[in-house]
Amino acid sequence: MVDREEKYIGSISAKIVAYLLLLLGTLISLMPLYWLVMTSLRPAGAEFTYPPEWIPSSFHPENYPVAWNRAPFWLFTFNSILVTFLATLGTLLTASMAAYAFARIPFYGRNVWFALTLSTMMLPWAVTLIPRFLLFKFLGLFDSLWPLFLPFWFGGGAFYIFLIRQFIMTLPVEMEEAAVVDGASRMRIYFMITMPLTKPAIAAVGVFSFIHHWNDFMSPLIFTNREETRTLALGLRYFGDEQFTEFRLIMAVATLMLVPVLVVFFAANKYFVSGVALSGLAGR
Amino acid sequence: MVCENHWPLSVLPYGVWLMADAVPLGVSGAAPSRKPRWSRKVKADNIAGYLFLAPWVIGFLAFTVGPMVASGYLSLTKYSGFGAVKWIAFENYDKIFQDALFYTALYNTSYYAFLGVPAQLLVALCLAVLLNMKLRYVNVFRTVYYIPTVTPAVANVFLWVWIFNFDFGLINSLLRLVGISPVNWLWDPQIVKPALILMSLWSVGQQMVIFLAALQGVSEELLEAASIDGATNFRRFMRITIPLISPVIFLNLIIGIINLFQTFTVAFIATKGGPINSSLFYVLYIYRKGFESFSMGYASGLAWILFMIILVITAIQFYLSRNWVYYESGGAPS
Repeated sequence: MVDREEKYIGSISAKIVAYLLLLLGTLISLMPLYWLVMTSLRPAGAEFTYPPEWIPSSFHPENYPVAWNRAPFWLFTFNSILVTFLATLGTLLTASMAAYAFARIPFYGRNVWFALTLSTMMLPWAVTLIPRFLLFKFLGLFDSLWPLFLPFWFGGGAFYIFLIRQFIMTLPVEMEEAAVVDGASRMRIYFMITMPLTKPAIAAVGVFSFIHHWNDFMSPLIFTNREETRTLALGLRYFGDEQFTEFRLIMAVATLMLVPVLVVFFAANKYFVSGVALSGLAGR
Repeated sequence: MVCENHWPLSVLPYGVWLMADAVPLGVSGAAPSRKPRWSRKVKADNIAGYLFLAPWVIGFLAFTVGPMVASGYLSLTKYSGFGAVKWIAFENYDKIFQDALFYTALYNTSYYAFLGVPAQLLVALCLAVLLNMKLRYVNVFRTVYYIPTVTPAVANVFLWVWIFNFDFGLINSLLRLVGISPVNWLWDPQIVKPALILMSLWSVGQQMVIFLAALQGVSEELLEAASIDGATNFRRFMRITIPLISPVIFLNLIIGIINLFQTFTVAFIATKGGPINSSLFYVLYIYRKGFESFSMGYASGLAWILFMIILVITAIQFYLSRNWVYYESGGAPS
């Protein structure tokens, strides 16, 4: 590693420039978040002091309970957790099943189905928005949480299928073949042998899916209506719309909504990059 | 193994001419051989394969193909979401092509996508190059650079509304510090779109990580050989690294254009399409027609036009890609 480093970075001064650029990038990445947290701690009305203070003159953590109690945020949080959990569970199960079929079972028409699957990644979702709304209305599921997780029990999405499939392709096939010779069913092989080995890919998909559903805004906006069915993302939007002048309260709720995402992100950080690498986008 | 380099081409079998690229897809493993009579193993494999695939196939039909067809049908009708569906043939399309707001939305969206995507890719590539250097703590920076990307979109938009605030926002107070007069970021029709592009540059983590993975796959030997031949760093980057990662640049370009053409949340929450419709993006217009004025037929027509536009742009990009995207394997699947 060391001599490679010297060869590529060359001189000390080049290294210093690189670090300065990296630090500048860090500053730009984190500054808005600093602004978010600092605004949330300002005293009432102090959002609108001119010029804005970089460090609040006094800290007001009580903004958090005040903001949280202005709307039924506990309910929204519960809805968000429920939707995120159920959608992610469905995605992991059905996406990995499809991935297993694409990777391991030589069935007729596999290539065509795989091409179709990949092509859905390129489909603009806006085109299907209105019919999907009408479909759920027809099924009597409009304004419930069902439309937010039910579709994810049907394959979960092409990107996830692709990612898990790519990973299964890298696994040695011998164990499974031995199991086939022993007469084990495909289901058994999948659950007992392949799925446990696929854990890294499944973890990566789980993290992607968690963050997607926790943050999702468009689906709750289209498919729900009443306050009782709002998720946190939608709750924050209505809250923000009504209280556009109290930025410190909006920022407080936004900060709270960000916390679980950051916790999951830091806990599963390694899966983020490995997830993309897994998908074979590395291009070699 | 699969020929990874080839997959961006195979991703998009929109038409027969593209299906030609998709056929040597590189699905490895034995393709099912067509014997006159299927052996028991082949039969069992077919049943198992479709059973495993069943949820996805049902979902694909119910949530993708069905809605696509329904959307096409609805675009030929007048429907408010309640009551009767009235067949009016191409009347919606006639109206759309005379609708000034349609052209405004199309212009705004094209502006945003065609300037936004190159800007995003440039920033993402620069960050990825920095993160690909063999430096200590580079993993810490990688984590930090990804944080903006996991920030919830709603929180993100409110935060940036506040950062762009004329009197009390972060950016204008920084500008004042260095003696530049403040800018009315979100409420000036001339500036709102560049401002939104600027905002989107904050969260390019996804593209950055994809570039980073590609850069890590660039052969060290090739780069070293070039240095021995006396190539400068910049030349090496332009002549070796860029061609080698061009399939991934292409992929990011395609996905980026498709995504930015469907920008919604930021305009919906932050600017509400304003000022004077200068940030009325296409999907926001679809939303307004469909879910605010309940012209579901009209909105479906708009959606299908968007689909066609994206299709054409993507096809053009595929056509042009033959001139600049480099496939190491010469396009033949391994």
